[in-house]
Amino acid sequence: MSVVTNTTTIGAIEAPSRRNTELALLAFAVAIPVFAYLNVGLAIDGKVPPGMLGYGAGLTLLAGVAHLVVRKFAPYADPLLLPLGTLLNGLGLVLIWRLDQSPRLIQRATSAYGSFSPDAPKQMLYSAIGIAMFVGVLLVLKDHRVLQRYTYISMVAALVLLLLPLVPGLGSDVFGAKIWINVAGFSIQPGEFAKLVLAVFFSGYLMVKRDALALASRRFMGLYLPRGRDLGPIVTIWAVSLLILVFENDLGTSLLFFGMFVIMLYVATERTSWIVIGLLMSAGGAVVVGSTASHVQSRVAAWLDPFGCLKTAPEGSNMANACDQMTQVLMSFGSGGILGTGLGQGNSDLIGFAANSDFIFATVGEELGLAGVMVFLLLYGLIIERGVRTALAARDPFGKLLAMGLSGAFALQVFVVAGGVMGLIPLTGMTMPFLAYGGSSVIANWALIGVLIRISDTARRPAPSPAPNPDAEMTQVVRP
Amino acid sequence: MNKPLRRVAIFCGLLVLALLLRDNWLQYVRADELNAHPKNKRVTIERYSNKRGNIIVDGKPITGSVDSGDNFYAYKRTYVDGAMWAPVTGYASQAFDANQIEKIEDGILTGNDDRLFFDRTLAMFTGEKKKGGDVVTTLSGAAQRAAFKGLGNKTGAVVAIEPSTGKILALASTPSYDPASFAGYHDKDAKAWQALEKDKNKPKLNRALREIYPPGSVFKVVTAAAALESGKVTDINAPTDTPEGWKIPLSTLPMKNHAGGCANATLNDALRVSCNSVFAKLGDDVGRDKMVEMAEKFGFNAEQFTPVRSAASVYDKKADRGGNALSSIGQFNTATTPLQMAMVTAAIANDGKLMKPYMIDQLRAPNLDIIKKNEPEELSRPVSQRTAQQLQEMMENVVENGTGGNAALDMDGVKVGGKTGTAQHGEKNAKRPYAWFISYAKTAQGSPVAVAVVVEDSAGTDREDISGGGLAAPIAKAVMKAVLKSKG
Repeated sequence: MSVVTNTTTIGAIEAPSRRNTELALLAFAVAIPVFAYLNVGLAIDGKVPPGMLGYGAGLTLLAGVAHLVVRKFAPYADPLLLPLGTLLNGLGLVLIWRLDQSPRLIQRATSAYGSFSPDAPKQMLYSAIGIAMFVGVLLVLKDHRVLQRYTYISMVAALVLLLLPLVPGLGSDVFGAKIWINVAGFSIQPGEFAKLVLAVFFSGYLMVKRDALALASRRFMGLYLPRGRDLGPIVTIWAVSLLILVFENDLGTSLLFFGMFVIMLYVATERTSWIVIGLLMSAGGAVVVGSTASHVQSRVAAWLDPFGCLKTAPEGSNMANACDQMTQVLMSFGSGGILGTGLGQGNSDLIGFAANSDFIFATVGEELGLAGVMVFLLLYGLIIERGVRTALAARDPFGKLLAMGLSGAFALQVFVVAGGVMGLIPLTGMTMPFLAYGGSSVIANWALIGVLIRISDTARRPAPSPAPNPDAEMTQVVRP
Repeated sequence: MNKPLRRVAIFCGLLVLALLLRDNWLQYVRADELNAHPKNKRVTIERYSNKRGNIIVDGKPITGSVDSGDNFYAYKRTYVDGAMWAPVTGYASQAFDANQIEKIEDGILTGNDDRLFFDRTLAMFTGEKKKGGDVVTTLSGAAQRAAFKGLGNKTGAVVAIEPSTGKILALASTPSYDPASFAGYHDKDAKAWQALEKDKNKPKLNRALREIYPPGSVFKVVTAAAALESGKVTDINAPTDTPEGWKIPLSTLPMKNHAGGCANATLNDALRVSCNSVFAKLGDDVGRDKMVEMAEKFGFNAEQFTPVRSAASVYDKKADRGGNALSSIGQFNTATTPLQMAMVTAAIANDGKLMKPYMIDQLRAPNLDIIKKNEPEELSRPVSQRTAQQLQEMMENVVENGTGGNAALDMDGVKVGGKTGTAQHGEKNAKRPYAWFISYAKTAQGSPVAVAVVVEDSAGTDREDISGGGLAAPIAKAVMKAVLKSKG
């Protein structure tokens, strides 16, 4: 078997670096959004949009820099991750720019805040910072195993990040969810970064404790029940998730963290019992929160029967808003149909609030249709798949856990956001990675891609040639 | 660690698969339902997103579009003589949807109709804005004005039809409303709408098409037609065997006549002075089933589509003998739309051929190409030519020597036939009666117009004066005159 034909990230001894593949894919990842940009301009104004050159140059520059850094500092990295991220980020920019052109949203912003400022230029800046973050990760992190040293520091950092929005004066309550903090005029969502830091902590912690967690247990009704003291960490994480949910009104983040932890625990210990325990605990949490938090209750009502609850909910109430939003989103998807209305020609701005962040996927649904949404879901699916392959290929347990944790969290986030917007599960206020407007999200996700690229580079790097053996010439291995 | 890793990978794959399935369900299976949902503003946004086509009468638009300078709805509908034309156009409101022609031909007016696909594609390449097509009506501005003016501040309706084709020439209903008053979606539009909804005179009701009235004596022409067609009467000038005070079957009450000289009156005379007893007995002689058959041939018991839907007129199919006798003089359960009575008159004036009434002549693309032209269509032949001519003779007698004198036209070569009606209704006929008049004009070339007029209880008119001949006939006359004049 020739090793040259091996195109996967798994187990290649002398895998080709595939940097040129990445470059070719990047060309597509830049060209497609540029054409999309042109399309929006033509649809809205009937002429070539003036910012097209700047946008194309900017995106090319970002992709080019990222590619050169990967070529130099992570030559064996997975060739798909960077183009996928670039394509999603580029299309996200186009969609945000498209919504910036909506007279209805402009009017809405002007009447609510007295002014309107377009979000696309800001998002372009955030994307640049995100790429810088990506570059930074690759430059600073020569080997992902270094992160093991920071296991417990990571834990503290993650808890601090998660609880920051609760600090009075620092956190700001925006539209009912306390997940932002204000620093020097910028609002940051620390939860997005906590995702990464928490994955590092879980990986380090589980790598050390996996044997204890897996083996020191009693068998009860076919399940391996862990010892009480080993249950500690999972109970802690569960409690923190609940705290986030109750005090920050952030259903998505708490679900994400808990889910990520259960997945990593399962991978580390290979014990199904953890999944069962995890599911039981999240069910318990859901019941407790669902029966107490009105915020969650209205989301659930809007999920079960949006059109019905619009009629029964008292006018102007939180529940009526949630239901109205959900119906608008559903009608957006419905109006898109199979092929969509075409970029710039839909009415997804009727959703109004958070159209370009939490609900940006509805714009995809309306303007690109079923075909477009499936393409986007498959692009996300590919990122997840490359992440999982990286985990499979990684040779050290820490790298395996980290890659799996990050891709698992990514998958959960995509599922929670897209599922919420499409009415598959109750809506949670989270951002679609790369697509939605928001600095923290773009930056954190580029960092995530950076870490995955680093792990995949280590995994696919050819093993150093063995030291010359003086006995080599005397021994002959006969292979079939 | 690879075994659980693979399992988690499968789990992640299932998550994506679930999203894909959900999306297919949403955007393929449920797309139409969500798209057509009444809460979905997109339909309305689309309706007003560009200049809407116009509804045309006599070559001139009676509607218009103005740039509303609004972020939701770019254009707003305007109307020329809105109140007069409202029964024809219907309304197109940003807040309250649309109805009648505005709704039925929405595809043409917005330019979204499939038949305009070529125009749209062409406009896309030439960079023009999408425009809507026009709806050209069959109506006559002169006839409509005469009808609307004739009704004035009375409550009622007028329908005029060209008998040879079925073209609707006038369609008036009062009190009316101005569709422009709530064409937008702002507070004042809502207020105007609420006020119309609450108005107990129901200005939004299209009385010409959607309201059914007891026809009273005007229905007697249908009974006369049935009597002639069934052979119960062969000579309209031969005395009928009708005693004065003919008893209603299954009842002890005698049939009351307001007119004198009804005992054994000829059919011709009975129609001229409007004898209840003669027609009640004839209806009884003909029998319920034949009466129902005749009424249905004229269009009763069915909705008509002009293409705006009318209410179905009623001739009771299950009436007992007494009920049938009363039905035969337009009482009991008989109820009809003004359109229906105009159809009856038109069929008689057209020598027995009933043409399907319609009010859209053609649909035009923005570039004036004709997309669809409606051709006259025969609906049925309720009576033979001979019967029709006998009926004409009798109706002309009504105008010349009878109760319909107010409709007589002083025009050379024009014969006018008509029938009055004063329909009592309400419990014990306590309410003030409806005044009816149906008529047609006829020249050597055939009949250019048939009219039905109904005037509801009108304030300021003494009960004695409410009669078909006094209130309704002058309106019919004005409409006929307007049509004849415009024909030159």
